This record gives sequence, structure tokens and C-alpha cells, in this order.
Amino acid sequence: MYTLSSVTKTYHRGREGTVTAVDGVDLVIADGDWLAIKGRTGSGKSTLLQLLGAMHRPDRGAVEFDGRDLAGLREAELTRVRGEAIGFVFQTFNLIPTLSALENVEAALVPLRLPGAERQTRAAAALADVGLADRARHLPSELSGGQQQRVGIARALVKQPRVLLADEPTGNLDTATRDEILALLETLWRERDLTLVVVTHDADVSERARRVAVMDAGRLAVVVGSEGN
Amino acid sequence: MAGHRRSGPRWPFGLRYLCSELLRRARRTLLSAAGLGLGVGLVMVVSAVSAGADRAQSSVLRSLYGVGTQLTVDQPMRSVGALQDSSHALTGTLEPLPPSQAATISALPHVAAASGGLQLAELTQSGALFSRTRVDGVDPAQVAPGPLAAADVVAGRMLAAADTTRKVAVLDGGYATAQHLSVGSTVTVAGAPFEVVGIVKRSQEIGSADVYLPLAAAQTLARAPDGRPFADRVNVVYAAADSASHVADVQRAIVHLLPTATVTGADAEANAVTGSLRQAADLIGELGTWVAAAALTMASVVAGLFIVGGVAARLRELGTLKALGWPAGRIAGQVIGESAAIGVLGAIAGAIAGLAGIALVGALAPTLSATVPQDPQSIQSSTVAVHLAPHADAALIAGAALLAVLGGVLGGAVAAWRAARLQPAVAFTRIA
Repeated sequence: MYTLSSVTKTYHRGREGTVTAVDGVDLVIADGDWLAIKGRTGSGKSTLLQLLGAMHRPDRGAVEFDGRDLAGLREAELTRVRGEAIGFVFQTFNLIPTLSALENVEAALVPLRLPGAERQTRAAAALADVGLADRARHLPSELSGGQQQRVGIARALVKQPRVLLADEPTGNLDTATRDEILALLETLWRERDLTLVVVTHDADVSERARRVAVMDAGRLAVVVGSEGN
Repeated sequence: MAGHRRSGPRWPFGLRYLCSELLRRARRTLLSAAGLGLGVGLVMVVSAVSAGADRAQSSVLRSLYGVGTQLTVDQPMRSVGALQDSSHALTGTLEPLPPSQAATISALPHVAAASGGLQLAELTQSGALFSRTRVDGVDPAQVAPGPLAAADVVAGRMLAAADTTRKVAVLDGGYATAQHLSVGSTVTVAGAPFEVVGIVKRSQEIGSADVYLPLAAAQTLARAPDGRPFADRVNVVYAAADSASHVADVQRAIVHLLPTATVTGADAEANAVTGSLRQAADLIGELGTWVAAAALTMASVVAGLFIVGGVAARLRELGTLKALGWPAGRIAGQVIGESAAIGVLGAIAGAIAGLAGIALVGALAPTLSATVPQDPQSIQSSTVAVHLAPHADAALIAGAALLAVLGGVLGGAVAAWRAARLQPAVAFTRIA
């Protein structure tokens, strides 16, 4: 699925000068893999996730996604890749507070230009898959943290992406809810043959992953586990 | 489960999202709309007061000169001293025009009617003092358009077609009173007696001529500035456009036809109006317009800042949409749509505020005065009281509404540009 070759990403931050967030990373992520990326704050793991998510182009190196180098794609093409093939789950859920759970999920289908009725049917089904069929009309503020993250997962999966990228998906949840969410992610990963990449500080999360990559100062220090499902 | 959303799922997604955002940020929405509404309302009030002042001036002029759709065509004297040098008692005050001129002008497009006339002056000496009597020759068969078009008969009758060859006269009320003349009296013009058949009065008690004679009689008695008889010539043509909207077209056509002629319409007559009405009109036209424009600009800027501020508060939300694959244009369109909706709310608020302000000005506006020369050649003037009634029509309200929507869209354009340029990675910002 992904092949990263000598990927480097730098940022220019005013007086701090140039910061190399990702420095010469080589990494292969196979279809159906579950990779956890660990590392200290500022180690570059979120930047690596964003490179995988077609949000940035690398300054050097190549990020191949299904054989296409994301570095060579125009902005509109990167947007299309994000809209069609990649699902995101965020630590802070990132639900639109004025929209209902159903509408939040529906928002992910807008770029696909589906008819309104089909969008709503698929969004309702996605909510049912994460156990929130009866919360479809609720606003995010009327849902618990765990329920909001379930809506976030439904939103990520409703377009049936091939890869799910999660940034600290359990970072804002208590232990019991964290376990529920991890169990849900694992179930969906198995059932849908997803490729799952999770950035985490949580040892319990990385223990469930098939492989663990550790980032340190922008470099990929170690990868534990074998490729494949 | 109280409080959860029940919005209609049949609405387009973008519209549901737009309404949700406006309701969610109700305070910001209302402040932005109120700011725009205030500016638009001020523009409406200033425009309505300005239109009211123009209408008041037109009303004064129409009652005095019968202007409105009427135009006066003449040629000033080539020699300034012609009148004084003339040995004849009744002399034209303007250059003669060909007799066919009225017919030529009446054939122009959008001309409802045209008639020729004479503007004359009789100088009489009493000791060392000269007095001047203004005498107009009028076509009795067609008094409108002409100097008698806006006159009211207060005694006797108006000149009629049957008077064409008769030695009769109609007098201005003020002149008749001063000369102790009445219907049935005889008035002497250039040594010739005329029977007074009518006394007329302008509605504002201001007249342009003292004596009105049948045109043929005036042509027989008077001399042109060059000393020659007028014969069948005239020195003024009165034309009426078929509607107020065609006055300018007719004026242009006459100027094209007679490049050396002076064509006087309502605009030129309006310049003759002085007094507090004119001052108010000028103040509104100069200062008021700038104040209104500044207010609208400020309102747009304030609304724009609110909208930009709204986008700044939604960076992560908009970044999330980008991460979900929403194209930049779709996000910009969403922001523009929201600001346009604020503009619509501002238009509604502005229309309400504007109409309320117009009603208030109409109720509280002091009575103004208009000072108008008694005729275009006279240095004497009279003052009339005028009530200033602000005037708002559908075009003004529609224009103001358009301004509000435009102000909202312009304000939102900056925010939309910023939203469109957002990096999707903003979605990963961990600040709540």
C-alpha cells in the first residue's frame, strides 16, 4: 500500500529556523497492516501520519500510495485521494458541533458527489456499524466522549477507504472507553481488511498493533513486528 | 434526548450546514447583520431625504414655471445693450427664432407638444425713473406648454383659441392689483389698448410675466433687438416631453437640432432655487452621501471582521473538512454562502431600519424655505415654505438590499480566501 523512500519533511518556523520533522524515513506498509507509530512529543510521528494522509508533500524522497507518488500530485489530486481512499480519526474527534451525528458522517461523503438519499442511507448504516443508530439525530454535545469517537470512526469509514489513519484516537478517553474504541477498531480492521496506522503514546494501543514503529528526532528508530496481517 | 436536532434531512447538505452555523453563532450573526443593516439603513435615509429634497424642489418649480416635463428653448441676445438702445417701447428680450421652430421641435421623438411664444419687456419712463413691464406673447390656441400652463385663473378666463386675432389680455394677479386693474378693464401695451379678460395667479403667488397677450398681437407690436418687427417670428419655444423619463432625451435632441440655443429644463431651473431647502439638498447631496458611504464601508468592514473572526474560530473545523477531501472551492463557497446569508439578514434589518428612519425624519423634519426667482430673467425673488418629505421607492429598497448582500459577500470573500488556503493538517491541531 505505502512505500516511503528517504522521506524528509522540514518546516520553516521563524526565529527557530528550519525544523526537520521527518528525516530520511524509509518504510513499507502493506495492505491490511496494522502499524502503531510511537515516539515522544515532537519526534515527527504526526508529520509522518500527515504525509501518509496526503496532507503534505515531502521535501525529499517519495511517498508511494498504491504505486502513485503523492509528492508528484497536484493539490486537487491530493484532495481527491483524501476524499476517496483515506479515512482519518482524530484525538479530539473533530466533529462539527452544529451538525447531528448523522450529518457529521454525511459530511465525509460530500466530496464523492453522491445523491443526497444515498449519502444519508450510507451515513445511517455507518452509524449502525459503530452502534449509534439510535443517536443519529443527536448533536455532538449530547454524546459522550466515546460516542463522539464512534461517530468519528463512522465518518472515517463511511466512504469505505482502504486505509484508516488515526491520531491518538484514545487520547481523550477514559480507560474503559479506550478499550471499547480499541476493540471496535480491531473488529473493523479485521472485518474490512483495512490498513490501519495509529499514532499513539499509549502502550496498550501499540500492544494490539501488528507492528510498531518508533520515531525519534524525525528518524524511524526501530520497527518491531513483521509486515502483513 | 431533549434538544437533539430535528432539521429536515431533505434540505441540501450545504444549506443545512449554513443554517446550523448561523444559528450556532447567533450573536456574531446578529451583530454582523445589525452592522450591515445600520449602514444600509443610513444609506436609505440619506437617499430618501435627498430624493425628497429633489421632489420638493421640483414641486416648487412645477408650481412656478410648469416645469417637470417642460423645456424652454431660446437664444440669448447677441448684443447686451440692444434692449436699452432700442427706441421702441416693447422689445424682445431674446434673439428671434424662425417661425417654423415650434413645429420642428414638436416633430422630435418623445415631444408631446411645442408652442412658440414671445418674451418681451416694455420700458416706461416716469420722470427720471424707468419701470419695466414683462409682457409674454402666448399662442391662445395652445397655452400648454407655456408660461400659463401652471397658472390658475382667479378672475375671468384664460386666453382661448378664439382670441388669436382679438385685442385681449390676461394679467398676473400681482400686477393687476398693483395697477388697479380687473376683468373688463383696459390695459395699454406699447400704446395699444387691450381688454382684460382674465386674472391669473401662480399657486405659489409668483408669476413670470405681468401681461399675457395673444401671440399675433404681441408680434405686431414688438420689435426684435435688431429693431426689426417680429412679424411671424417668436423668441422662445416651450416644449413638453411625453414623460419625465424622456426629458433628458428631448433636451439632447433639441441641443442637437439647435446647437446655439439655450435649452432650460427642470435641472437648470432647480439651480435657481435657494434658501434652506437648497441648503438642505446640497448638504444631503455632498455631506450626507459621504456619511452614508462611510457608514456602509464601515459596516462592511465590521461585518467582514466578524466573518473573518468567525473563520479564525473554526480553523480546525474547516481543516477537518479539507482532511475529509472537501475541495477548497467548496469550503470557500460555504463561507461565502454564510456571509451572503448574513448580508440578506443585514438587508432585511437595513430595510426595516431605513424605513423607520425615513418615517422618523418625515415626522420630525422642520419646514424648509425655497427662494425662487420670479422668472428666469428676474432678479426679484419670492420665498415659499416647503415640507421635506423623504421619499423611498422599491428601487431604493432593492438597491439598499443589494448593497447589504454585496457588503456581506465582500466581507466573506476575505474569510473564504483564508479558508480556501487552509492546510488540512490544521485538523490535527490539539487546541480545542
